[in-house]
Amino acid sequence: MSIGWYLAISALVFCIGAGGVLTRRNPLVILLCLELMLNAANLALVAFSRMHGNGDGQIFAIIVMVVAACEVTVGLGVIVAMFRRRLPIDVDELRALQG
Amino acid sequence: MRYIVTSVKTFAWICLLAPLAGCVLNALLYRVARGRAAGVIGTLFLFVSFAAAIAAFFSLQDLGAEERHVRAIAWDLANTVGVDAQLGLLVDPLSVFMALVVSGVSALIHLYSVAYMDSDRGYSRFFSYLNFFVFSMLLLVLAGNFLLLIVGWAFVGAASYLLISFWYRRETATKAGIKAFVINVLGDVGLVLGTFFIFRHTGSLDFLNTFGQAGEVFSRNDGDLVAGLVLLLLGAFAKSAQVPLHTWLPDAMEGPTPVSALIHAATMVTAGVYLIARMWPLFELAPAAAAVGAIIGTVTLFIAATIALTQTDLKRVIAYSTMSQIGYMVLAVSSGAYVAGLFHLMTHALFKALLFMAAGSVIAAMAGVQNLDRMGGFRRAMPFTFGCFVVGGLALAGVPPFSGFFSKDEILAYVAAREDWHVVLAVVGYVAAFLTAVYTFRMIFRAFLGEPVEEARELEAGHLHHVDVHTNPVSGEVEDTDVGFPGADHHIAEREMPMKVAMALLAVGAAVAGFLQIPDVTEVVHDFLEPTFAGSVYFEDLHPSGGLTALGLIVGTVLALGGIALAHLIWVRRPGTAERIRERMVPLYRLSLNKWYFDELIDLVVVRPARHLGGVAQSVVERVIIDGGVTGGASGAVRAGSAAVRAVQTGFLRYYVALIVIGLVVVAAYFLLQS
Repeated sequence: MSIGWYLAISALVFCIGAGGVLTRRNPLVILLCLELMLNAANLALVAFSRMHGNGDGQIFAIIVMVVAACEVTVGLGVIVAMFRRRLPIDVDELRALQG
Repeated sequence: MRYIVTSVKTFAWICLLAPLAGCVLNALLYRVARGRAAGVIGTLFLFVSFAAAIAAFFSLQDLGAEERHVRAIAWDLANTVGVDAQLGLLVDPLSVFMALVVSGVSALIHLYSVAYMDSDRGYSRFFSYLNFFVFSMLLLVLAGNFLLLIVGWAFVGAASYLLISFWYRRETATKAGIKAFVINVLGDVGLVLGTFFIFRHTGSLDFLNTFGQAGEVFSRNDGDLVAGLVLLLLGAFAKSAQVPLHTWLPDAMEGPTPVSALIHAATMVTAGVYLIARMWPLFELAPAAAAVGAIIGTVTLFIAATIALTQTDLKRVIAYSTMSQIGYMVLAVSSGAYVAGLFHLMTHALFKALLFMAAGSVIAAMAGVQNLDRMGGFRRAMPFTFGCFVVGGLALAGVPPFSGFFSKDEILAYVAAREDWHVVLAVVGYVAAFLTAVYTFRMIFRAFLGEPVEEARELEAGHLHHVDVHTNPVSGEVEDTDVGFPGADHHIAEREMPMKVAMALLAVGAAVAGFLQIPDVTEVVHDFLEPTFAGSVYFEDLHPSGGLTALGLIVGTVLALGGIALAHLIWVRRPGTAERIRERMVPLYRLSLNKWYFDELIDLVVVRPARHLGGVAQSVVERVIIDGGVTGGASGAVRAGSAAVRAVQTGFLRYYVALIVIGLVVVAAYFLLQS
């Protein structure tokens, strides 16, 4: 099987994730979509690793997973904090960064 | 040999540092010191200083004439890239001579102030300032290089400012202090720039090094040298109250009378004379600069003498006479009559300090009033003060055998011996000498003879006049004496031992100091100063002939006695003559009374243009160019730019994400198209 299929799947998942991040307003869903994007990247890394026949890509995939775990931890913590302070769970409402 | 040099150095340092110790001690003890303690401390340290100066004098005399130039260097302040700044003194006959005059007269004035300032709340402050002043002045005269000279010069100006505005609740006094300080700073700038002109060529700040190589570095009347010396003269003129930088001196009489005696008569104002005498090797190389000094000195001595004729404020009359006498000294040292100038500096310090002290006593008897029109008939009430005033007045007028007679006539004889146009200067000097006798005795006759005023009668009855409400002697406004100064009580020499002792010693000095240097008889000052002026053309070759000297002495005597006789005629024998003369010569009277309109002239030429320029700078340069153009333009650009950038920050998270994605796509597209 050629590498192209793997990459096509990876690109598709990545675009779905990116589209989710761009369009959804619920931070929880945005986090899930981010996971999709990261995992799309993982898929591409593992595919390339297989193509080259060494383990470097696999190692990177594991590191990305660690990063993803950290990110989810922080992200969920922030969301819980928002919920506790009774802030709206809606990223369009949270625009204190406006200049 | 070695140990003599060491002792000279030690004594010089003690002489310099004792007043500083007194200043610091008085400043620290101001809460503790009771009664006259501060005055006693200050005076004691001054006597220590004077004793050290005498010791330095004798040690120096033990050295051979060739070796009487001792450098006392404590350490290098900076010694890099051609700058040799040292904390060093130069002890030679000239500096020791000045140190003796300064510390001696200062010690007596301190003694006088112990009693005179007694009831003033600022007693400790006063003595601390006064000691600081003496320290600065000694630093100025003992400095061994230009750097310390400038430091001493500036310190002296600061001390003068502090003491003129000593009674800081008096608005006139603070204004006078500011005026003196500003004009003195102008002189400081001249001194610094002049030093730079000279240092540029010689590459050394040290006096002896500079003088040693001046002959090789500079050609005769070298442009830079003349410019440098004229700038130094600017410093000398500002400090020594020479035309046109003299207007601060009469105003400086706002300070307490001992301050006038010390700073504005005996010591500080003679700094310019010392400077010119110290720089003699340079001035002899630049006769053009020396000529400037001689002419300005002559103009000053004449103008000041004419102004003194009509002033009615007792202290201001003496102030103008000081200006006039310093004009004589500047004329002398600029014409090569160094010894005559310095000798007059010494005798003047004695008799002028005496006159101020006596005037202070009279002012105290008048309970602070300084107006001559209100004084009269104090002769019987204050016999001691009267005697001192007359001795000082005779010395100032130049009546033989008092000190001023010998010193002033020596100056004029030497200047006349220069021939050429210097003769004109000498003639002007003689005319002013006549005026000196007139105004001095006008003062004496008006204050002491005639019908006793109420205050004098009160004093004769044994009661010192006292006022409950103090008024400003100049403006006549009622003064706020809540803070304790000027003191509520007044002290006159007749009742205070310290004042009496100080005045008596000075009176003896003023009477006999002239015998140190009688033409063709004694040459004490000349011989003592010889090592400093060794090699000078004028010092060695300029000598008035016997006939000229005799003529000078006779003319001087006749003029002095004639002036006194005229004053007697006008103000004693035929009262009312003064008014008749005044009516005949209204323009001349106005000119003199208004001090030749110098204040108005300076106001017109300097102050108003400067103020106008300031107004223009504020309204146009500041408002339009700085606020509008520079800061306005810069802040406007930043504000517009940030407004544009701020619009991007919407706060929508997805908007940011979209920007990232677009960026990524662009980067990816770029690499794709590249390959």
